Amino acid sequence: MSNAAGGLLLELEGSPARRRKERIVRGIFFALAAMSVVISATIVLALIQEAVQFVGAIGVGDLWQRGWFPRRGIFDVRTILVGTLVVTGIGMLVAAPLGLGAAVYLSEYARPRIRKLLKPILEIIAGIPSIVLGVFAFSWINPQIVDRFLCGDASFFNLGAAGVGVGVLVTPLVASIAEDAMRAVPMSLREGAYGLGARKRSTTVKIVFPAAISGIVAAVIVGMSRAIGETMVVALAGGATGGSLFSADYCQPGQTMTGAMAALAIGGDQVKGDVSAFQSLYFVGLVLFLLTLGLNVLSGRIVRRVRKKY
Amino acid sequence: MATRAESPSVTEVVRQSLSKRRFDFRSAAFEASLLLMLLASLAILVILLTDVVRSGAGVLTERGGDFIQGSLSSLAERAGVWQGIVGSFLMMAFVVLVAFPVGIGAAVYLEEYAPDNRIARLIDVNVRNLAGVPSVVYGLLGLFLFVEVLEPLTGGRSIISGGLTLSLLVLPLVIITSAEALRAVPDSIREAGYGVGATRWEVVRSHVLPSAAQGILTGTILSLSRALGETAPLLLVGAVTGFLSTGSQTLAEQLQGEYVSLPTIIYAWAKEPDTDFRALTFAAIIVLLAVILLANLAAIILRNRYERKW
Repeated sequence: MSNAAGGLLLELEGSPARRRKERIVRGIFFALAAMSVVISATIVLALIQEAVQFVGAIGVGDLWQRGWFPRRGIFDVRTILVGTLVVTGIGMLVAAPLGLGAAVYLSEYARPRIRKLLKPILEIIAGIPSIVLGVFAFSWINPQIVDRFLCGDASFFNLGAAGVGVGVLVTPLVASIAEDAMRAVPMSLREGAYGLGARKRSTTVKIVFPAAISGIVAAVIVGMSRAIGETMVVALAGGATGGSLFSADYCQPGQTMTGAMAALAIGGDQVKGDVSAFQSLYFVGLVLFLLTLGLNVLSGRIVRRVRKKY
Repeated sequence: MATRAESPSVTEVVRQSLSKRRFDFRSAAFEASLLLMLLASLAILVILLTDVVRSGAGVLTERGGDFIQGSLSSLAERAGVWQGIVGSFLMMAFVVLVAFPVGIGAAVYLEEYAPDNRIARLIDVNVRNLAGVPSVVYGLLGLFLFVEVLEPLTGGRSIISGGLTLSLLVLPLVIITSAEALRAVPDSIREAGYGVGATRWEVVRSHVLPSAAQGILTGTILSLSRALGETAPLLLVGAVTGFLSTGSQTLAEQLQGEYVSLPTIIYAWAKEPDTDFRALTFAAIIVLLAVILLANLAAIILRNRYERKW
């Protein structure tokens, strides 16, 4: 009796060869998935190791001087932080209204056919490489928008044009995440509002928008994180490749964290000679990494904490 | 009785207020401004394309094949993008050979194998955060790992380093899109497989992966076009921004030698003070955009057409 049951169980287990194969396959897939953790660990280790050496070599006090001139050994983190702040700020002033407006229209007002036509176009914009937008930023955005409406006498390369370019780049991302959030609001909420006699506008502003607020805030934060990390637009349109004084003037050339990294990178072999200038790359990279990681984690938290279960 | 006749009955008032279409100016203005924001984000694409085509089409129509097949040169009238096309193509081969198998394998583990434990959740969170890391930081990772630590294998600043860096860059994107495609496959398919005694790997190989193939393909095309347009990480891992002499080399020499890619050529030309290079910059952008936009369009059409309803 027990023997028969044991035999049946053995039969259910299947052939040892198949089970061994199953274990091997599972192991391979796990190894592939674990590689992403190895990549993260390598990023963190590389950044921290080189950044610590850099700070050790130049001393903490030297991170607080006037201006960012790596070739002359002047590394003022404030300068490039302010540049990043200016570019990100201008970028979000462009991307938040455009992206959220587009998202509200697509999710609440657009008829299905229009939506089906316009959404792919927005996705195509999201696919434009940043290098192309960088060229566009100084060839068109600067003369037609920044110089004409914002500055009057803008320099050929300036932070304003870089900021608007970054904003254009980030807009589809903000729109896409915010639209997903608003479409996730169930129809019954809108129908409840209509049942009480609310207009479409009041329903959108007072019901749908608040219900989707976590996703909308997350969209803006993710957009911000992307804007901070955007490199090529600033490297091309921001100017100041050699270095920059501490300045928040968006009509003038300036340096952001990412722009500084690109400038150091093209310096190529000259940079190789000066060890501290080379290692400053990793230091700036570490600051950038922590900043964007913090924002991404924050947006994830907000989505999870404020999300309502409908 | 006379007064009753002058004031309309309650029924009449209600009927009127329900049927009378008063023009609500504020609602119309709200909808119009939303539409305006959407159109503004779309108009940028139109402006960008016309600007690029107007400035760059001349070179392509005048020189055509000569521009595509020409090598880099200090003379604007002789410079061409062929070396960039070859470099980009070789690096895409790395992405296809490295990022796709690893990414799809990791997605299979996360969706099909992973138990609901701490390690699986760690990998999942880690992939999401990696997707938000700025591309320039991946450049630092490549500089540290492939250019310096693994120099004997990669030859330092070479196509191998560039291709592997781009592979790591798009890996999270491949994992996330593939995982989504796998998640869309209904459990009934898996259960049917288990029901006839198939092992997990057999179910995945013969049922889940074929069912998800369309979605995975869409994601991989998008990842490839993202990798094709990336510039910043390549500047860090040493794409040449000057000239490049390629004589008759074997493939191995070519893979370990100096290299350029299409986007880094655009960057180098855009930085060129010589105005003759302006038109060349835009012509190269047309070539790059043509490939990327076609790929994205193909992916979007593929997704819309084959969005399977289970």
